[in-house]
Amino acid sequence: MNVFMPNTLAEACDLCAKQPDLIPLAGATDLLVHWPLRQSEHDKSYLDLSKLRELRKITWAADSLTLGALTTYWDVLQDSRAKSEFPLLCESARQVGAIQIQSRGTWAGNIANGSPAADGVPVLMAYDASVTLTSKSGARSVPLHEYYTGYRKSVRRTDELISTITMPLRKYDFSVFHKVGARRAQAITKIGLAVTREASAAAPWRVVANSVAATVKRCPAIEQLLQSASPIRKPDDFSSAIAADVTPIDDIRSTADYRRTVLARLLYHSLNGVCPSVT
Amino acid sequence: MQRLEGLSKLSGAERYLDDEPLEGTLKGCLWGMTVRSPASRGKIRQISYGSDFDWSHFVVVEPRDIPGPNETYLIENDQPVLAPGYVRHMHEAVALVAHEDRNLLRRAVASIQVEIDPDPPVLDFRIAPRPDQIQRGTDNIIKRLQIKKGDVHAAFANAYKIVEGEYETGAQEHVYIENNAMSAWMEEGPNGDVVVVRGSMQCPYYVLNALKHALQRDETRVRVIQAPTGGGFGGKEDYPSTIALHCALLALKARRPVKIIYDRSEDMAATPKRHPSLVRHKTAVAKDGRLLAQHIEVILDGGAYVTLSPVVLSRGIIHAAGPYFCENVLIESKAVLTNCVPYGAFRGFGAPQTIFACERQMDRIAHAVGLEPVEVRRINLLRDGQTTSTQQIVSGGTDRHALLDSAVRASDYDKHKRESEAFNKTHPYLRRGIGVATVLHGAGFTGNGEVYLNSKVDVGGRSDGKIEVLAASTEMGQGTNTAFTAIAAEAAGLNATDIVIGVPDTFRVPNSGPTVASRTVMVVGKLIERAIDDLAVQLGQNGKPLRGSALKAAISDWHKKNPGKELKGRATYAPPPNVKFDDKNYVGDAYATYAWGVCIAHVEVDLRTAAIRVLDFTAMQDIGKVINPVLAKGQVQGGVVQAIGWALSEEFKFKDGGMLNNTLTNYIIPTSDDVPPIRVIFHETPYPFGGGGAKGVGELPMDGPAPAILSAVAHATGADAKAIPLTPEKLLSLLPQNC
Repeated sequence: MNVFMPNTLAEACDLCAKQPDLIPLAGATDLLVHWPLRQSEHDKSYLDLSKLRELRKITWAADSLTLGALTTYWDVLQDSRAKSEFPLLCESARQVGAIQIQSRGTWAGNIANGSPAADGVPVLMAYDASVTLTSKSGARSVPLHEYYTGYRKSVRRTDELISTITMPLRKYDFSVFHKVGARRAQAITKIGLAVTREASAAAPWRVVANSVAATVKRCPAIEQLLQSASPIRKPDDFSSAIAADVTPIDDIRSTADYRRTVLARLLYHSLNGVCPSVT
Repeated sequence: MQRLEGLSKLSGAERYLDDEPLEGTLKGCLWGMTVRSPASRGKIRQISYGSDFDWSHFVVVEPRDIPGPNETYLIENDQPVLAPGYVRHMHEAVALVAHEDRNLLRRAVASIQVEIDPDPPVLDFRIAPRPDQIQRGTDNIIKRLQIKKGDVHAAFANAYKIVEGEYETGAQEHVYIENNAMSAWMEEGPNGDVVVVRGSMQCPYYVLNALKHALQRDETRVRVIQAPTGGGFGGKEDYPSTIALHCALLALKARRPVKIIYDRSEDMAATPKRHPSLVRHKTAVAKDGRLLAQHIEVILDGGAYVTLSPVVLSRGIIHAAGPYFCENVLIESKAVLTNCVPYGAFRGFGAPQTIFACERQMDRIAHAVGLEPVEVRRINLLRDGQTTSTQQIVSGGTDRHALLDSAVRASDYDKHKRESEAFNKTHPYLRRGIGVATVLHGAGFTGNGEVYLNSKVDVGGRSDGKIEVLAASTEMGQGTNTAFTAIAAEAAGLNATDIVIGVPDTFRVPNSGPTVASRTVMVVGKLIERAIDDLAVQLGQNGKPLRGSALKAAISDWHKKNPGKELKGRATYAPPPNVKFDDKNYVGDAYATYAWGVCIAHVEVDLRTAAIRVLDFTAMQDIGKVINPVLAKGQVQGGVVQAIGWALSEEFKFKDGGMLNNTLTNYIIPTSDDVPPIRVIFHETPYPFGGGGAKGVGELPMDGPAPAILSAVAHATGADAKAIPLTPEKLLSLLPQNC
């Protein structure tokens, strides 16, 4: 096993450019699961980012919040402004593993790992986060909902690292996060849902679901349905929009049918009385 | 009294086998691993060892290396130590490999291909096998048993209502905190070399018997020592015999110490589980709710070998009619062979399965005759003087009706019921309900089992005046050592500090029987009292036993007069008077005594997700005299938690008979956040033939929670679930559309 430990982001980008097979590590919480059994992982090369202190910053600007790529769930939970401006970040952070994982696991790592069950990604997406990808040749910003291209696939090139995550500061008059796991803690998400409504915006709704498609998925059909004011009187009235947005499967943790049904019920009960067309 | 090893376990000072440094007896130790079957049934065509490894540097054991019969000594000896050219379940042990580099060993074992010519496996015990699936007798049946009392058929003719139901329970993994762990090395002894095995286990003498049989050695040339054991729950009853044999075979071939530590995923995939069950009930009920006849059919999935299934079936059917009086009972049962991992001992040993069915059936009977669930139980609960399904006359003085009443009071049953119903009328998506179960659990071995075991305990008087308890009963987290110390101190009239508990080591301790069946405190505890009496009488004059400081002084004096000699008090099991069981016809005293319990669960169902949350739990029980209130309460709470998992989330996913979700990520046990406040209340009716007046407590707590919870779910939602685990996915299908 080779582990590179760069001291600066520039150094890290140099290494990435030279060795496209390097696997960036932030909290390494996904790597160590079943480590003794995953012998082939022992032969790979890793880029340990833990010395890049510059990436462990939370920056509040006049119109945005920026999380450095090494920001942990715990860091956000400790930030006094996060709870009032971006409450869903805190709600989802508390649902990740237990305190040990919350204090090592990072938001950027959660994005980079690319699991469709990622707990941190839906809320970031619901807050219209964008990701800065930095490489030797410069930096570019990608809206998070355009980041994934398929199951554990993204627009990130092998010479790029996620350096920051930025969310615009907006006024939301409604937001909700649901994580449905097989138990109340220490669970992998079977269905996740994050919804925000921006106050007095032309397209106010953001609806993001996870564990119901190959990637964490923004749901434009559901967003449009909510905006359209067509009446929704029962959970099943969400069915066709859900079918347009997501493609749940039967797997070891749940069933496609359960995922679709529960997503509809969560939407209905969360929005009943919130969205005027849902009654 | 504080738990003896509590501090060392809390502080992490306790060394489990995996923590032991490779020094002393483990110097030069190799790591051992198991090569396993990739198929559920078939002939082994070939074992190909990967070409990337120099196998001359590895120790490899195949069936031909077994000195004696390739059999794991148990009820029928049908389970091989290593599959002899034919496999009967996925992950069955085929060969063994050892090397000093643990990671290299893992890679080497992964390189080994076991090629199988498959035969059609039996993977669903509920379906009758096809001819090409027959592997035992003419029908794959491992054991049939029947209980018959009165005449059910005549009673059905006169019934006010006949209620029928079919109930299913799933497999369950023990999830002891410490995975299976075993070590073995060679020592020199007076009769030649000695194979020493030390590891995590419940029953040292089971392991000893297995080693004697397959290694063809007598007990002077095999020695078994229990290491600190991090949980068992039945999972370390029979299977450690297999691992001990594996470890010993590698050590014999290598002539070096060997350690085998299972990874969690290997432990979950390859070791025994709780038997899945299918139970059918047909009950004749009178208009007033009395049970007139119970016709019960029990089918257990035995897995690929006989192992303990006949006795699990036996305990299962004896509990199948519940703690109720019924004049006419017919219980027919079978355990069937399949090509799943052998199912084995698990806390409750068949009783939780049949009690689940019985209690769900009682709720449905209540519904059929328009009675409250508590009421139908009150009407039918056994009273002293009445008989069980095996025609055992119930005695002992426990007032089961009072137990039920106090559980109803302690849980605020009526108030919660009223409030839940009001809550359900107004809440958009939460539903609350309350449920009850009344249970019994036979303590100690079934029928004449204790007589056959003929258990023995010694106590040694040491030169410092202290008394050492010498028994093969093991501490595995449940508090044996603490309870034994309390019982011995009380019997000797000494302080707890004057009692020493000897390490279970077959060179030092007699066979006090396996550490199973809720028998340790009750049966072995009583033997400790009697062994101390024996010592006290030996040292007293004219048959008058000594106690307290006089006993302690006499022990020291004896050693001064008899330097270098051993002073021992001894006891051998004697059954309580008038306990008789006809094990051919299943008539009579199936257990010397029973513990009794009432469980009340208050739950909340989220209609959006069909998730069930237990809000509050009351466990009321009579376990005779409570020896240590903290430990006894811990036993009950732990059992409730384990049963919540079995009832709601611990679902096995199989592929071709192999466990797919063999990780703690995907096999869902409850976390502390899933556990409700658990009120534990004891009624004490001392049992004169148990140690310190105690009955067994280990298994009873597993019996009631699952049916009580499902009863509460039915009250909350109207969903009449008949199978567990009742996962949200399954409950969703029982709820109306568009909740």
